[in-house]
Amino acid sequence: MLIEMTVNGEPRIATVTGAESLLNVLRDELRLPGSKNACEQGECGSCSVVLDGELVCSCLVMAADCDGSEVVTVEGLADDDWLHPVQAALVEAGAVQCGFCTPGFVVAAAHLFEHHPHPSREEIQEALSGNICRCTGYGAILRALENLAGGAT
Amino acid sequence: MTGVTDTASRVRGGIGESAVRPDGVPKVVGSFAYASDLWAKGMLWGATLRSPYARARVARLETAPALALDGVWAVLTQDDVPGAPTFGQLERDQPVLCDGEVRYWGEPVAVVAADDLHAARRAVAAIEIEYEALEPQVDPEEAEERDDVFHRIRIRRGDADALGEVVVEGYYETASQDQAPLGTEAGIAIPDGEGGVDLWATTQWIHVDHEQIHPCLALDPDQVRCHPAGIGGAFGAREDISLHIHLCMLALRTGRPVKMVYDRAESFVGHVKRHGARMWYRHEADHRGELVKVQARVLLDGGAYAHTSKAVLANAAYFAAGPYRCDNVVVDAAAVHTNNPPCGAMRGFGAVQACFAYESQMDLLAAELGIDGMELRRRNALAAGDPMPTTGQIVEGSLPVREVIDALEEIPLPDDAVPDDARHLPGGIGLTTPPDRVRRGVGYAVGFKNLAFSEGFDDYADARIVLTPAGVEVHTAAIEVGQGLVTVCQQIARSVLGIEQVTVVADDTSEIGSAGSTSASRQTQMTGGAVYRVAGELRRKLLERFGGDDLSDEGVLRDGEVVVSLAEVCAEGPVEEHVRFRHPETHPTDENGQGDPHAGFAVAAHRAVVDVDPDLGLVRVVRVDTAQDVGRILNPAAARGQVEGGILQGVGLAVLESLVLDEGKILNASFTDYLLATSLDAPEVEMRFIEEPDHWGPFGAKGMGEPPTISSTPAVVAAIRDAIGRHLYRVPVLPEHIVGL
Repeated sequence: MLIEMTVNGEPRIATVTGAESLLNVLRDELRLPGSKNACEQGECGSCSVVLDGELVCSCLVMAADCDGSEVVTVEGLADDDWLHPVQAALVEAGAVQCGFCTPGFVVAAAHLFEHHPHPSREEIQEALSGNICRCTGYGAILRALENLAGGAT
Repeated sequence: MTGVTDTASRVRGGIGESAVRPDGVPKVVGSFAYASDLWAKGMLWGATLRSPYARARVARLETAPALALDGVWAVLTQDDVPGAPTFGQLERDQPVLCDGEVRYWGEPVAVVAADDLHAARRAVAAIEIEYEALEPQVDPEEAEERDDVFHRIRIRRGDADALGEVVVEGYYETASQDQAPLGTEAGIAIPDGEGGVDLWATTQWIHVDHEQIHPCLALDPDQVRCHPAGIGGAFGAREDISLHIHLCMLALRTGRPVKMVYDRAESFVGHVKRHGARMWYRHEADHRGELVKVQARVLLDGGAYAHTSKAVLANAAYFAAGPYRCDNVVVDAAAVHTNNPPCGAMRGFGAVQACFAYESQMDLLAAELGIDGMELRRRNALAAGDPMPTTGQIVEGSLPVREVIDALEEIPLPDDAVPDDARHLPGGIGLTTPPDRVRRGVGYAVGFKNLAFSEGFDDYADARIVLTPAGVEVHTAAIEVGQGLVTVCQQIARSVLGIEQVTVVADDTSEIGSAGSTSASRQTQMTGGAVYRVAGELRRKLLERFGGDDLSDEGVLRDGEVVVSLAEVCAEGPVEEHVRFRHPETHPTDENGQGDPHAGFAVAAHRAVVDVDPDLGLVRVVRVDTAQDVGRILNPAAARGQVEGGILQGVGLAVLESLVLDEGKILNASFTDYLLATSLDAPEVEMRFIEEPDHWGPFGAKGMGEPPTISSTPAVVAAIRDAIGRHLYRVPVLPEHIVGL
């Protein structure tokens, strides 16, 4: 079947044969490889996207269910001249190492800040507890986002 | 021996700054290309048939039904391997594909290439295969009794009959740990149309891949080119071959590009693990607490194939007594062969297992003597100029053991008020832990390890530097796995040259010599050392040729004035220099394990604070503070990231991470069942760096990736013991161990 979605503000059409996840379609068909495939069980958050305003693991969403939906991926957060504040904060704080988890953290943190501009450290930790990072021990990620939360006041 | 005496000091982005990494922006916007993101026109997808048995004979294997499916272009078995039938980094003992007998659960039996991933998986399912199951050998102690070993190390130093006044004995176990890099194994192989092949795949060392790949393909070395690809973490998992030869075989057979990406379950069986260990220890000391004798028996389960077991065992044996003076040491160590998953490199590489045992012993000894554990360690602390307790090698360079202990103890302890936020309690927002039941514990540990390769291995790194009118290119085959090597190489080149515009170019195996592996905490010292020297040579020659006294992005300077611009310097073409850097020579040990096997050492100390729910056996690691011997910090933010990340992997082994095996089968090959720490589990970390310059690292820097992972594990366990008063002898510490079931 054909599905129509708005992806990062642009209308896109994808062919879905059956069991493909939204992640498969984004990566393999729409050639948006920023969302990462690390566990395919919704445990690591590397594939996080915003689907109709809700933060989801795109590996757990059936693409066929996304007809008519609006999707924002990591590729949709910066424009040509400016990084999203979350992206800038992570680069500046040295919170990126291998970076495979980074797109998921960017999407999840941007979603948090959109709804809650001044989260506490605990609120940030809880909001990002569905995103696994194996390199940083989370320290630099949390410092970056705490600064952003404080800096915005 | 540094070769560079005159270095520039006034350049932006030089050493000592938290220079921003060049791959930072591409990674946050999602444009950085990892191996799993690579595409090629006309590309096929590969998939692998794997054994559902830990040990079995293949009674029948029929590939024709798979090959008959639409969209399936190749189905290959061991009979299709064009060249050498086996590969391996230290011993070529593993068949490229099953040779008639499978020896571990998940061993590759056949590989396919098809139009897309679904077709490839259908083809795998269509291969007809019958197994005759055999009894798997899964007990490492039985393997040792049968003398079914990859390697043994025997250390006899001093008087084996020496006796102390105080004796403590213990038995310890560490689980097999998965590196769990977020990026799984992935790659693409593209035939060159002339019989050769280009490979982009997850790796830590393209040249050692290349050495193993081309003989299996029956190709000349120059017909196979291994290229670096974007890596989603490594931690040892990429040090051995996984899908590399399979991809090349499929590409050469089909004449088309072939891509393969392991899913998470396949990744768990597709790379080597940290060795599970069993260790028996006896420490003897005099009444003042000075060590008189350390005896250890160390048993590592290497699993089905050799991989790097021999080298991992060497670390477990040579570091078995810890960073402590002791004249009488007896170690018998063996890495055995079983039908468990193959083991190899993981951050800390043998030093992790031993550290858990010897640090547990030091705490037992301190308790027996009635003295403070850190005071006991201080009294026995090894230092530069002392002989290694195991090998007798005189420690050259810096080894500030006392200093890391002192610096750690100066970090203030947190107040011991029980947190009122449930997110900070054991059990978290499950609200299972009444705050008044929480018991706090504090534990310490010290660990050390060698830096770079040892035992006479010819360890070198090539670097080439090219000056162009636009700036400087640094060429290397060293693999950036996320740790920040590219940034550090830029910083070193900038500081040596005085030129800010530095780009690091990742060459393939046909373009430059080996940089060695991104492992053993070695790249900052080895490739960084090569960059330091090659940049120094370029600077020296330019200043001499043009009579200058400094360099900048403007050109060669004298008394602050430009003598000649970079464009003019390069008028007849780019100016190039190349070096091959080797660290101080090391040597194999003798039959008693005595000699000079190591090029350098680094030490760290950790203090963990834990809150324990003794009723449910739950632990929250509140903080892990550390002092680490780093030689010199080149990039503070990157250093901090290595320390925090390494500590959390050590915390993982202490309380979460364990490969659960049943007759060789992994029962928890997923991120649902293999537990990794989340941001809610992450302890706060305060750190002190001891900057005593190393004798050969660039600007005195030491490698620093592994020490955070070594002693953080025993520190956490010591803290749990302190909280509950129970002897714990295995990691990870699970709820049932705490409750005492």
